[in-house]
Amino acid sequence: MWTHLRRSLAMVVICTLVFGFLYAFVGTGVAQLLFPHEANGSIGPNGSTLVGQNWTGRDWFHGRPDDTGPYAANPTTHVSGGDNPLVANGVRGESGATNLGPRSKTLVADTKALVAYWHRLGVAHPTPDLVTTSASGYDPDISPADALVQVPMVARATGISPRRLKTLIARQTHGPEWGFLGSSYIDVLSLNEALARLRGLSS
Amino acid sequence: MGFLLTLVLLVVTLAVAWRFLGSYMASVFEGRVRWLWWVERPIYRLLGTSPDKEQSWKRYAGALVVFSGMSILLTYLVLRLQGHLPLNPQHLGDVGSALSFNTAVSFVTNTNWQNYGGETTLSYFSQITLTVQQFVTPAVGIVAAIVVVRGFARRKASAVGNFWVDLTRCLVYVLLPVAFVAGIVFVGQGAVQTLAGTASFHDALNGVTQTIARGPIAFMESIKQLGTNGGGFLNANSATPFENPTGLTNFLSIFLVLCIPVSLTYTFGQMVGSRRHGVALLAVMAILFGSVLAVTATAEHQNNPAVAAAGVPSSVGNTEGKEVRFGDTSSALFGVASTSTSTGSADAAYDSFTPMGGFGLLVGMMLGEVSPGGTGSGLYTLLLYAVIAVFIGGLMIGRTPEFLGKKIQATEVKLAGLGALVMPVTVLVVTALAVSTSAGRAGALNHGPHGFSEILYALTSQGNNNGSAFGGLTGNTPFYNVIGALDMLLGRFAIMIPAIALGGSLASKDVVPQSLGTFRTDNTMFVGLTTGVVVIIGGLTFFPALALGPIVEQLSHGRFF
Repeated sequence: MWTHLRRSLAMVVICTLVFGFLYAFVGTGVAQLLFPHEANGSIGPNGSTLVGQNWTGRDWFHGRPDDTGPYAANPTTHVSGGDNPLVANGVRGESGATNLGPRSKTLVADTKALVAYWHRLGVAHPTPDLVTTSASGYDPDISPADALVQVPMVARATGISPRRLKTLIARQTHGPEWGFLGSSYIDVLSLNEALARLRGLSS
Repeated sequence: MGFLLTLVLLVVTLAVAWRFLGSYMASVFEGRVRWLWWVERPIYRLLGTSPDKEQSWKRYAGALVVFSGMSILLTYLVLRLQGHLPLNPQHLGDVGSALSFNTAVSFVTNTNWQNYGGETTLSYFSQITLTVQQFVTPAVGIVAAIVVVRGFARRKASAVGNFWVDLTRCLVYVLLPVAFVAGIVFVGQGAVQTLAGTASFHDALNGVTQTIARGPIAFMESIKQLGTNGGGFLNANSATPFENPTGLTNFLSIFLVLCIPVSLTYTFGQMVGSRRHGVALLAVMAILFGSVLAVTATAEHQNNPAVAAAGVPSSVGNTEGKEVRFGDTSSALFGVASTSTSTGSADAAYDSFTPMGGFGLLVGMMLGEVSPGGTGSGLYTLLLYAVIAVFIGGLMIGRTPEFLGKKIQATEVKLAGLGALVMPVTVLVVTALAVSTSAGRAGALNHGPHGFSEILYALTSQGNNNGSAFGGLTGNTPFYNVIGALDMLLGRFAIMIPAIALGGSLASKDVVPQSLGTFRTDNTMFVGLTTGVVVIIGGLTFFPALALGPIVEQLSHGRFF
């Protein structure tokens, strides 16, 4: 018993040093050396391309509804905020999804409220991604179809022709990795930065 | 089409891992791999042991239990004292006692159930301490499986190996190199790895100011998946781009969770001297995995009933709680891989899966985590079922049952029966307890059958050391913290210790020569019989509970709760 205890204590300490701290520190060193941009969060001048932001107004492409955006709990728009309405001063706490089940009355009501939100913006037929929330709660991406339904809205607000916007969307579309892993997506921040350049705004 | 190619790539890469990682692990545990001897030897010297000092199964199991107890104690202390320890740039306070207990047990039992949101609760010091257990616990599971394998491989032996040596070899030669290389891939794709704390920035285009949580995530990510741990740095786990940035890392995650449990069947075949027996076990795993995947992937390719009811049609499946870059079927594949391997990581919100999609995830766990199951735990649990199958097969033809030449007698059948029944009994009893007390019912977010599914899922997940969740359940209450910890302890050690005892009992036996009347344990008939035993034990015990949850939810057309 005493031998077991002594060896257990020694082994936990060795493992903490080697597989805990040495592993994390060497890993961080290698990561910072090889991929400094990625290792620090892919942060550009306007934020991280891996963290979705809340876009308002008709002159930008919008991402998926989010706890900090149209999905924030709000009695006037009848949105519940789901399981994770943790927003303080516009800064979200934890990442997370609504966790609403597939036969939840609340999810039906929230989806209807989000459809109404898009109708108010002038998007007649929002795609499923645009009326459902993601798993992380800050999905940075939309699908090409999600961007295309917003073209008439953005075209009217900015005066840029739908044809040029569609070319922009095509240029910003990333195919699945290796052609088949995952789905096609567009990073909303990069898309709007490209849109800003098209509008002559400094990004 | 893309999904089909993903499956093809997965099968090909797993086949390569099965052949080469499988034989490599056999060499590691037979002491023939030496390239890191300069790391190995000082550890043995500090512990006062050496590879030629082998232990009986009782001493082996004793060392394993004491080591796990020590791990729980020290992890608990780190969480309780977090506020006084370094590497805490966000100045987070000490973690409460019930939550610390649940979390320490959770990580030491390879469950990684998380009743907290990582980015708002734990310091870097605490996260790194949990990462230690993400290395150690898969190694403990693997060495327990190796004891059972040695039970079949050895003859008239009183020793089953040295726990400290097996543990060290598994950590140093298998887990560390693979996790380190995979960690670099995760960073290259965009996963974060820094100790610099949160980042804040202002977007001039939309006027948004954001503060985002960062940390040493990427290298935790690789061992989280490889060790079938599942507990991530951030609350939303592999759904967040900082943990799982691209379709490629999503695929890599799926490959990592499956590769060791699958490859161990080759290790088994090689060590017992019959690869066909390894292939037979692999076939059982593949049949069960394929069936569950077919159900969940088909279900998730349908629209979410609530979204359809709100008048939004979908040609891209159920998008609620899913990330655009993964899509419906890849998220379903990730979910099935994660729940069938005792991993429990999540790249989508399982709570928002369609009723039948969630049903598949539950079934993956309820089958006892054998398809292919956790690192090591999948193999030894499946071997317990195989012993029961051999026993039943032997009864049918009226012969003393044998498995790889070892007579299966009363001791072995009792141990296998115990190991196979502990999990269903524990899970059903604690679920009954939770739904019949107000403290248990208070946790559910959703109403109706889905609320019941949330409770059933949570206790099934912990009892099988999976750790994934139907996330709506509020688990950070004294009731769920304590009951969940007991559920996890029983689900880990009340199966692992009978398995090690089985290994000890088998090792002491001589091999009976094969004859014409011997019941074959490497053919299609045996695969079918073992699959049947797994399905009947899991299916019959859990069918009534499943009927009250996802099945009634699926059948409630047009009703919302």
